[in-house]
Order: sequence, then C-alpha cells, then structure tokens
Amino acid sequence: MDKIETLTSENAIVVFSKSTCCLCYAVTILFKELGVEPLIHELDHDPEGWEIEKALVNQGCNSPPVPAVFIGGKLVGSTNEVMSLHLRGALIPLIRPYQSLA
Amino acid sequence: MASTSTQFVTSRRMGMYDPLHHINMWDDAFGCDISPNTGPSSITQVTDTRQTNKTEYNSQESLGPSVDNQEAKSMSDKLQRRLAQNREAARKSRLRKKAYVQQLETGRLKLAQLEQELERARQQRMYDGLLNTSNGVLSTNVNSGVVAFEMAYDLWVATQQKKDNELKEVLQSQVSELELRMFVDSGLNHYYELFQLKVNVAKADVFYLMNGLWRSPIERFFQWLGGPRPSELLYMLMPQLEPLTDAQLVSVSTLKHSCRQAEDALSIGMEKLQQTLSQGITIDITGVGSYNSQMTLAMERLEGIENFLNQADHLRQQVLQQMSRILTPHQAARGLIALGEYFQRLRALNSLWSARFREPIS
Repeated sequence: MDKIETLTSENAIVVFSKSTCCLCYAVTILFKELGVEPLIHELDHDPEGWEIEKALVNQGCNSPPVPAVFIGGKLVGSTNEVMSLHLRGALIPLIRPYQSLA
Repeated sequence: MASTSTQFVTSRRMGMYDPLHHINMWDDAFGCDISPNTGPSSITQVTDTRQTNKTEYNSQESLGPSVDNQEAKSMSDKLQRRLAQNREAARKSRLRKKAYVQQLETGRLKLAQLEQELERARQQRMYDGLLNTSNGVLSTNVNSGVVAFEMAYDLWVATQQKKDNELKEVLQSQVSELELRMFVDSGLNHYYELFQLKVNVAKADVFYLMNGLWRSPIERFFQWLGGPRPSELLYMLMPQLEPLTDAQLVSVSTLKHSCRQAEDALSIGMEKLQQTLSQGITIDITGVGSYNSQMTLAMERLEGIENFLNQADHLRQQVLQQMSRILTPHQAARGLIALGEYFQRLRALNSLWSARFREPIS
C-alpha cells in the first residue's frame, strides 16, 4: 500500500499504532529506551486509517493489527516479534544504524 | 441365702467380660450419643437378659435344696450363656467403636476438603468484588473457565514435581547428553503448557489471571503481570548454574538486561492503561462525554489487559528458551530443578506462614 510504502521508506523505524492501544505505547517506550525515536502513526487519527489497517492485516499483522513495526522499510512484526528479537539480542543490531548517540 | 445369691451376682458383675460396665465407661468418655441406632437397644438387650437370668436364678432358688445338682448344672449352663452373651456384646461394642472412629476419620478428611473449597471460594469472592459487573450470567461463565483452569493447574503442579524428581535422578545417572537434552526439552515444554493454560483462562476471566488467584499469597507477593518476574528468576538461578564460561556469562547478563527493559516497557504500558481507564470513566464536568460512550471506551481498554498478560507470559517463555540455548544440557537440567525447587519452597513457606497461629491438635 502506498501510504505504508512512503512512511516506511522515509522513516527508519515506524510503529503503526492506535491511540487507545497501550501495548503500542509499551513498544514505543522500549524503542525510546534503546535510544531510537520511532515514527508513531496513529491509525485512529488518520482518515485512511482503516485502509492501512486492512493492508497491514494482508501483510500478516492480525490479532491485533497494531502495533505493526517496520525497521528500515521492512515489516518486523508485532509486540511478540519485537520482544523475541530483543531477548535474542537481535533487535539492537537491527536498530544500530539508526540509534542516536544522545 | 438370699444375701449370698446377691453377692454372687454382684461379683460376676465385676468380672472381665462385663459389657454393660464397658459400655458405661465408653459412654462417659464420648457422651450419651454413641451410635444411636445400635446402642441403647443392645444395652437394653443385655440388661433384659440379665434381668431374665436373675429372675430365673431366683425362681430356681425357691425350689429348695432337693434340686441342688440340677441347680449346679443349670448354673454352669447359665454361666456359659452369660459369658457368651458378654463376649457377643463386647464384640458388638468394639464394632460400633470402630465404625464411629471411621466416621470421625472421613469427617476429618471432608473438613479439610471443605476448608480448601472455602478458601478458594473466598478468593473467588475477592476478585468478584473487584470486577464491577452485573452478576448472574457473567459470573457463572467466568467461573467455569476458572474452575477448569484450577483443576488443570493442580494437575500441572503434581506433574511438575514428578518431572523435577525424574530430572534429579537422570542427572545422577550416567546418561548421554542427547538424552539429557530430551529430558530438559520435556521439562521446558511442560512450562510452555502452563502458559497455554493461562492464555485460555485470560479469555475467561482476565482479572483472575491478573491477580494471580490460583497462586499462594506469598507467590502473589512477588507477582508481576500474572506470574513471577522473569528477570528476578534469572537473578535467582544464576548462582545455581555456576561455573559458567565467560561467553555464557555475557549472554546471560545481556539476556537479563534485555528482559528487564522489556518488563519495564510492559509495566509502563500497563500503567498508562490504568491511568487512561480511570480518567476515562470519571465524571466529565464539562458534560461533553456521555456515560455510554465512556463505558464503551472503557470496555475496549479492559480488553487490552489480556494482551499485556499474554505478552508477560511470552516474555517468560522467551527467557526459558534463550536460557536453554545458552546453557549446556547439564546446566539447563540443574536450572530446571532449581526453578522447581524454588516454587515448591515458596508454597511450603506459605503453608508454614498460614499455619503459624493454629493450635496444635492434641
């Protein structure tokens, strides 16, 4: 989907979220803790939100469709995948190119 | 002559097989109601036979000295009969006592069972009070999922103890590393089974899971999102696994750190959920929000709790999986045993603690 393409190619880390979803909030907190600033795109604040949601479900993000995490333009997955990667020590290498030194 | 006959009757009354005396003693110990069905009738039976014996004896007596031999013969007959009746009565008395003791035993077991059920019901009522829903249909639905989980959990604990013992034996015997690995994997899978059970009960009653109501109070004291905190378990296990290679130390240290970060993120997310939930249902003095829309939104947020609990268990599972990759089968086996032992001790501590004010049974 175009919008997803654009957003994810222009931004290193994108988290598709909903303002009511606190699990999405938890994921963004984790990224901030790791020294990166993800772009948070709230689907419920986007008029095209439900289209994006449909596209995400098509790409494999269902139950729930959010949070959907893209790193370097590629779909990483939802909370499960992010947590698994991090505990395996594989998340930090993924985001290293984008980590701020602050 | 009459006086000697009464003396003779009295001395026999004090003899060995004196059922009436025996029952009277027992009567004093337990009160008048022993076994109401058989007691009084047989006592009266014995008394009756005694009466008849006495009257018989007395009537025999009145016949005079000419029937002395017959008298002696019938006396020994009567004596035999008396002794037999005494034995019979004593036997019946022993049987009744045995039945009574058995009743007491089953009563005791039933009491222990009821106490356990009462404790469970009490805990159930506790969280029912937290969940502000209309009763009736909702709570019965909730309970069946919870009841099923509790039964499954009891079985799980028993199986876990068996597996831990098995693992201890296997460690001590000369078994190949491959076989040991199989035992370790089996142990890990058993923990994963528990996480699956919890996924199911989360759908039935999320607050039951959140409050850890199937666990003992002391386990709940250490609780984080419906179970033990995985990074805490790592801290606890580390000394049990020594010696570790340098590479292993680094890996475990990194795992601990990442796990802690993930836990913190989930905790912060959960806090946000609580805040937005409570803010969302408070009375809006501007009058913009409506009761219905607020409640609908609140219901949506409550549904989010299940996801957090599932993520917490996912984290626990990931920690176990990672540890099994970092450690050798031998170390992993030791780790599993230590883990099982830790939970068992927590539960034992809980029993000791809750029993500390009970009077010892004399």
